[in-house]
This record gives sequence, structure tokens and C-alpha cells, in this order.
Amino acid sequence: MADKILKKLNIEVWRQNNAKSKGKFETYTIENISTGTSFLEMLDILNNDLIEKGIDPIAFDHDCREGICGTCSLYINGRPHGPDSAVTTCQLHMRKFKEGETITIEPWRAKAFPVIKDLVVNRSAFEQILQAGGFVSVNTGGVPDGNAILISHEDAEEAMDAASCIGCGACVAACKNSSAMLFVSAKVSHLAKLPQGRVEAKRRARNMVAKMDELGFGGCTNTQACEAECPKSISISNIARLNREYLAARFSE
Amino acid sequence: MQNLDSKIPAGPLAEKWSRHKAAIRVVSPANKRKLEIIVVGTGLGGASAAASLAELGYNVKAFCYQDSPRRAHSIAAQGGINAAKNYQNDNDSIYRLFYDTVKGGDYRAREANVYRLAEVSPNIIDQCVAQGVPFAREYGGLLDNRSFGGVLVSRTFYARGQTGQQLLLGAYQALNRQIAKGNVKMYTRHEMLDVVIIDGKARGIIARDMITGQIKRFGAHAVVVATGGYGNVFFLSTNAMGSNGSAAWQCYKKGAMFANPCFVQIHPTCIPVHGDQQSKLTLMSESLRNDGRVWVPKKIEDAQKLREGKIGPNDIAEEDRDFYLERRYPSYGNLVPRDVASRAAKERCDAGYGVNSEGKAVYLDFKYAIDRLGRNVIEERYGNLFQMYEKITDQDPYKVPMQIYPAIHYTMGGIWVDYNLMTTVPGLYSIGEANFSDHGANRLGASALMQGLADGYFILPYTIGDYLAGEIMTPKTDINAPEFVEAEKNVTQRIEKLFHIKGAKTVDYYHKKLGNIMWNFVGMSRNEKGLKQAIAKIRELRDEFWKNVKVPGELNNLNPELEKAGRLADFFDIGELIALDALDRNESCGGHFREESVTEDGEALRNDEKYTYVSVWEHQGEGKEPVLHKEPLIYENIKLSQRSYK
Ligand SMILES: Cc1cc2nc3c(=O)[nH]c(=O)nc-3n(C[C@H](O)[C@H](O)[C@H](O)COP(=O)(O)OP(=O)(O)OC[C@H]3O[C@@H](n4cnc5c(N)ncnc54)[C@H](O)[C@@H]3O)c2cc1C
Ligand code: SF4
Ligand code: FES
Repeated sequence: MADKILKKLNIEVWRQNNAKSKGKFETYTIENISTGTSFLEMLDILNNDLIEKGIDPIAFDHDCREGICGTCSLYINGRPHGPDSAVTTCQLHMRKFKEGETITIEPWRAKAFPVIKDLVVNRSAFEQILQAGGFVSVNTGGVPDGNAILISHEDAEEAMDAASCIGCGACVAACKNSSAMLFVSAKVSHLAKLPQGRVEAKRRARNMVAKMDELGFGGCTNTQACEAECPKSISISNIARLNREYLAARFSE
Repeated sequence: MQNLDSKIPAGPLAEKWSRHKAAIRVVSPANKRKLEIIVVGTGLGGASAAASLAELGYNVKAFCYQDSPRRAHSIAAQGGINAAKNYQNDNDSIYRLFYDTVKGGDYRAREANVYRLAEVSPNIIDQCVAQGVPFAREYGGLLDNRSFGGVLVSRTFYARGQTGQQLLLGAYQALNRQIAKGNVKMYTRHEMLDVVIIDGKARGIIARDMITGQIKRFGAHAVVVATGGYGNVFFLSTNAMGSNGSAAWQCYKKGAMFANPCFVQIHPTCIPVHGDQQSKLTLMSESLRNDGRVWVPKKIEDAQKLREGKIGPNDIAEEDRDFYLERRYPSYGNLVPRDVASRAAKERCDAGYGVNSEGKAVYLDFKYAIDRLGRNVIEERYGNLFQMYEKITDQDPYKVPMQIYPAIHYTMGGIWVDYNLMTTVPGLYSIGEANFSDHGANRLGASALMQGLADGYFILPYTIGDYLAGEIMTPKTDINAPEFVEAEKNVTQRIEKLFHIKGAKTVDYYHKKLGNIMWNFVGMSRNEKGLKQAIAKIRELRDEFWKNVKVPGELNNLNPELEKAGRLADFFDIGELIALDALDRNESCGGHFREESVTEDGEALRNDEKYTYVSVWEHQGEGKEPVLHKEPLIYENIKLSQRSYK
């Protein structure tokens, strides 16, 4: 489709100098943005404008800019990763916005993800959850041949579906309880679906859930907002599987 | 001159690695506990190394600039990873993978290194499977394979179009397990800014805490640099925004030599550039060339109409399509290696057959595969890539052929290392894309993931022991040593200098300008005049940058512009070295194409008599010309021949 030019947009954005300071919204205008421009390129252009005007540019997280690293994390017009479906912020394009529109940009808001600066938050709580059990306990070397254990095509595909989680945190940002259940369940399911991960499945579920609770994420009340906003379409059926694994772990205690 | 001994073990090719392993020293478990290793970078190379070293009992400190190791750019690798498993019974073998890699690299890689890479490749797959990497499986439950450019067998393992993601998550999980055990201390959002050398040995690094701006010192008994490639010299590339050459460059400035900087890979299948506001280019995996057919119109009038938007690709009749790869290279067809495919696309576009409004795109068409296999099969194989394409371009590749064009993708050049992966500085190692080792002048698809994991899981953990066995009496490094004080002072001064220029132009402004110079004069096709011009232009632009760049924000806070400015400052120097190296190498080989060296039908022409060497550059100090050393490449097993994919 041919690109058009958006003559003027208002960008209302959360500014907060550091974790301790109080933040507030500021509004900037930006002109002549092609609809073929990506959302983050629009922010680059705005930032270059701001720098030239002597205003501190807006800090936001990003790296791969192709929807796979999970770094980008903007809450745009009330939705994590903005108005398009099944994409990350960096894959969002300006063709999803209208001439003259005011676009509101906020950081992820969750107790477990404190703001570092502007739109950048600290997601190290996710790291801690994975460190609590999101792995298979094998060392390098001494493992069997890759084809020694057969895995059905379907199981491999289902494991892959769950393993597609990019750890962005949109599920937490979307949830009114700031629950991390979708994220945790994706890792638990990925590994539980494979024979290599089965061995430690119960312990993994128990330890990861305990860590999640400890870090201040809320409980899951099944609102399904997470699934709707997940850029990788991770299914909430994973949460059901996590619950099963978790119960099994509790019963076997 | 420093020591340029490649330390290739004696003996027959197939026995070198096992003989070497038997000969090198090992460190006892009790002593490993006393030794510290710094691993900078936690992509496939760094994460696999950090985890494996910690499992062995070493104390590891690992660093990355993202907020999590899982976000290293390895995550973006799409197509797959090679391994000589011969699961398909198509006569693959370690020797064939070795041979294909040396040939694919246009005979500019070390035989012994490449053979070892092929030799350990099957272990990588086993390791990843054991970690829970969900590789694609056939219905019978066995691992599935696909084929990739430059080879005639199916040896590529994959996890949809997200292979790098899944392999990195596997290594990351292994790393997380060691972090939880306290064997690895992980420093995220920390950027290495210098390597510290004491009495000629690497003993630590200086890093900036990117949240607080604090400059910190870290000591160790050895330092491993696994910081990826320097493709972002060109501004637009398939690399992540933060990918940089700075850590490697700091090593260079501290005495580690830099090899083959001009060997840069241009990937044929990327989404074409549109406009001038673009920040990066997106790769469409090479695996697509398994099922997609590349073409442009045969008639120049059709190309003209396409560019003006008067007709679409589906309006062009079959007989009016020029499947130029199949035409020029009948035996490999759409699966010729990357350098060949890239140049062929450029040749057609330069001749006026480009199909987008800028005349810089060719088609990659899936209609034929969809007709043959059905849409479901194509969706299962490439679903996420097609989705990515559609989100960016707003076009549906199931219905309209993709538009693609070559883009900067990978750097074969890098820090020079010997067979043990040690640089010319004792105790300083380099692995993954950051080193120069295995791909010669052109890397084959699906071989970077293989190399990163081979280095990290199966090679470095052995070879570093040989060095550390000599360090067991060395006490913990004192980070108050004068060398640390001095290094920290230099880092701080440089940051302050950049910050206080307070000029008129942004970092991006200069980066785009540098990128333009690089792409136009040091890109897909190079000549003496252009390279000399490029060097002059880079120097001029660098001077201006140091006088007129504007770095906003605060020094002691998160400051992405400051980070970018530091990286760009190094890119100027790296760009200059790329051009110098390209100027020296007056032959066409692999990704390096010199217009002065071509065959009669326009194919790249190597000059083995003069250039069968690794170019190894040694820093002489700020503002001085570097010195070129040559490591001769000796082929004992493979006969050099002109590469042909016809
Ligand atoms: C889009 C794309 C697709 C690809 N597809 C394939 C494929 O299908 N098959 C294949 O084999 N190869 C592929 N490649 C190539 C391959 O992915 C890379 O070469 C490889 O993953 C590099 O791994 P690495 O560990 O060396 O570096 P990276 O993964 O780039 O990791 C670099 C690490 O260094 C850290 N770092 C960098 N600088 C600093 C610093 N100054 N201080 C601290 N930390 C630092 C980063 O934080 C990161 O952790 C692809 C590459 C791209 C860009
Ligand atoms: S489950 Fe989805 S939303 Fe949550 S972290 Fe993973 S990819 Fe992001
Ligand atoms: S920047 Fe990597 S997913 Fe958006």
C-alpha cells in the first residue's frame, strides 16, 4: 500500500527522570510522519527534534526492532504494544494512527516493574523467576544423541508455541492484578511438553510460582487480558497447564 | 611485532583437535574455584561459555548491555543451525561440512579451525535437545532438517523461523541455572568500556553501569570477549540497534590484533529500504530461498511500470519473468551462497530491472511453492516470517511476491585469535561473531549459530584451562592496581569529552552520514578510488563529529544518547580500518568484491598467489597508521579452486 504522510500528531508521553523522582505527562507535537514509518522510528525522529531544541530526549527500551528480543515495552493509548494485534511495539507502524491524533505513551505499570527513567522499566523480576527453575538441569557434555528420544511433531510444536514467549512483560502490564501467570506458564509449559523437561516439571512449577508470589506480582483472576495483549499470542491454556503442574507438585509434597 | 603464532596442532587434520585436547593442561577442581573469568557478552557465544565455565567450577562474571541475557542479538537468528549429523542419509559428513565451509568462505579460513567446528557440530545439537530446545520434528518424532544456501545436503536444524531465539533461550537457561547457584554473577545493563592489561596479561575490564552512570572496575584471571559483530558501522543493517564494535575495538587499542575487517557479509534477502527515516533493516531468512524463487521482469518496460505502480508482479506473465539465479547458476539456483545472490540482485537492479519505486528490490515469490505444497506447509515453515513481512510492508506475501534487497548482515572479520581462541594478548579470548575465526571471506547460512555454540560449549572451556593452569598461583586481581586506575581515568575522560562538546548535531545525524559513506564506497562493490575517497571522508566526518556532536542528558543517569555516541566514535575508526583493509586486498573473494578483480563474465576473481593470507592489523597509537601483518593460510587437505555454483 502506498504510504501517506501524517501532517501532525500530538505525543503525550510519561516523563520521569529516575526511579525516585515523580513523573508527569508532557505533550510534544511532531510533523510529517510517513505511515510506513515504525512507531519507534517516529520516536527517534521526535527525539532528534527534542535534542536539537535542547530538551532531554525520551528514554525507551528497544534493541532488535524486529519483534523478537522482547526489549521494547510501551503502553500506547491504553494498550501494551499499542493498537495492532500480535505485534511488539517495534513492529507497530504509523499506519495504525490517524491524522491529528493524540497518542499517549506510558511505561509498563506494575509494582514488580519499577520505572528506571521515562518509559524504561526494570524487569529483573522476570529474571529471578526464571532463575528459580526455568531450565533443565543438564551440564554441557555427556548428553544422549539428539534423536535418542523421539518427540511427536505435535508435542514439539506445542512446546514451540509456549517457548515463543519473548519475556516482554506485556501480560503483566495488561493485567489489572499485575499477574505474571502467562509468562510463568509459558516457560513451565514449554519444558513440561518435552520429555527432557518432564523430569523436573513439578519442582519447576512450584519454585517458579513461589518466586513470582514473593516478587509482588498479583494473582490470576482469569480476565484473559494477558492473552489478548500478548504480542506472541501465548495461549492462556498454558495457565491451565501450569495450574495442573502446580497442583500435582503440591499433592506430591 | 607481536606474536602471530596460530598454534595449529601438528598431525593429520582429523586428529588435530583430539591430539590437542590430550596435550593441553587441565585445572583441578579445587584450583578452578580460586580462578575468576570475565565473560563480556551473553549472546550464544558468551552465554554458552559462561554457563559451561561455571559448571566446571570457575567463578564467572558475565556482562551484557541489555536488561537480560535473553535479549542478545542472537535471539534474532531465524533460519537454523548446521550440524554434520547425516540424519538425512544424504551423504553428509564432518568432512563435507568442513569442505563446504572452507569453499563457502572462498578459501580464506584456516583448515584446522573449520575442521574442528564441523567435528563438534553434532554435539551442539545433542546439547540443545537435552536443554529442551524445541527443534522441528518429523511425524515419526525424529529431528527435521532443511537445506541452506551454498550446500547440496540438508543439515540445518531449526525451530520454525526462530532458531536463534530457541538456542539462545537454551543457553540462557543454562546460564540462569548457574546464576541461581551463585557460580555466575550477572551484570546486565553494564557496558564494557575498556580492557585492563597488567604485565602483558588481560586482568579485567572497566564497565559503565548504564542506569547510574557509575564507572566500575572488575578483575579476573582471564577475559573473554563475546560481544558480537560490528555491522552497524553501516548504520542500516540487520543487527540490533545496540550491536556495536566497541568492546572489540578497545581490545584492539590495547594490543589485540584485528583480522580481516573488510570481510563483511551482505545478505541477499532483506526488506528493502524505504525513505530516509529508517532505523534498521529486517532480514527475511535465507531459508526462504528453499521455497521461494527470485525473479525480476525480463522486459525493462515492465520494470518501469512496476516502479511507477502501474502494474503489479502478478500481472507479469510467467515467460516474462527472469529467474536470474536459476538462469545464471543452474546447479545451485536460488540456493547460491549469499555473496553471489547479493551481487546478482545488485547487478539486475543496476541494469534497471529493480521493482520498487526506488528501483532497489527484486521479487522472492512463493506462488510456486504454495501451488506445489499447499499454503499450510508454507505457513508452518515460515509463518512468523510472513507475518513479520506483512506487518512491516502491509503486503501479504501469500498473495504478492515479497520484495527483497541485500543488506549488511554479518561480519566475518573480527579480533584475531589463535587455535585456542586466544587473542594476541595473553589471557584475552574472543568467541562468537566477535572473532574472525571460521568463516573466511563469506559465512554460510546457519553457521554462525554453530560457531558461537561450538566456541562457548565445546572449545573455549577446554582451551582456556590450558592458560589458566599457569595462573593457579596468581592471587585475585587487585582492582586498585595502577593499570585499573589509569584505565578508569581514560574512560571517564573520554566520556566527559564527548559529553561536553555540546555541538549542534545529533549522534544519529553523524551515524547516518558514516553509514552512507560506508555503503556507497565500502559496500557491495569496492574499487581503489572509492576506497581512498572513503578513507578521506571518514576522517573528515570523524573530526567534525568530535567538534560538533551534541550529547544531551546527564552523565550519571540512564543516557542512551551517550551510549550511542561512544559506540559511534569507535565506528569511525572501525570504518576506516575496513576501508584500509579493503584497499590492501586487491582481489575479489567472498563478500569482498573488488571491481578490479573479476572474470570475463563478471564473477568474483580471487588471487590466490598474492592474497592467501589473513590480514592482521596492529594498532600503533591514536592517529597513526596501523601495521598490516599477514598470517599465511596453508591448505594441506583442500585444493584451492575458483568457486563455481554454475
Ligand atoms: C537477523 C539475523 C538473523 C540471523 N540468522 C542466522 C541464522 O539463521 N543462522 C545462523 O547461524 N546465524 C544467523 N545470524 C547470525 C548470528 O545470529 C550471529 O552471528 C550470532 O548470533 C552472534 O552471536 P554472538 O554471541 O557472537 O553475539 P550476540 O548475540 O550479538 O551477543 C553480543 C552480546 O554482547 C553484549 N555486548 C555487546 N557489546 C557490549 C559491551 N560493550 N559491553 C557489554 N556487553 C556487550 C550484548 O549485550 C550481547 O549479550 C543472524 C543474524 C541476524 C542479525
Ligand atoms: S507471555 Fe506474551 S506478553 Fe507475557 S512476557 Fe511472554 S510474550 Fe510478553
Ligand atoms: S525491540 Fe526487540 S522486540 Fe521490539
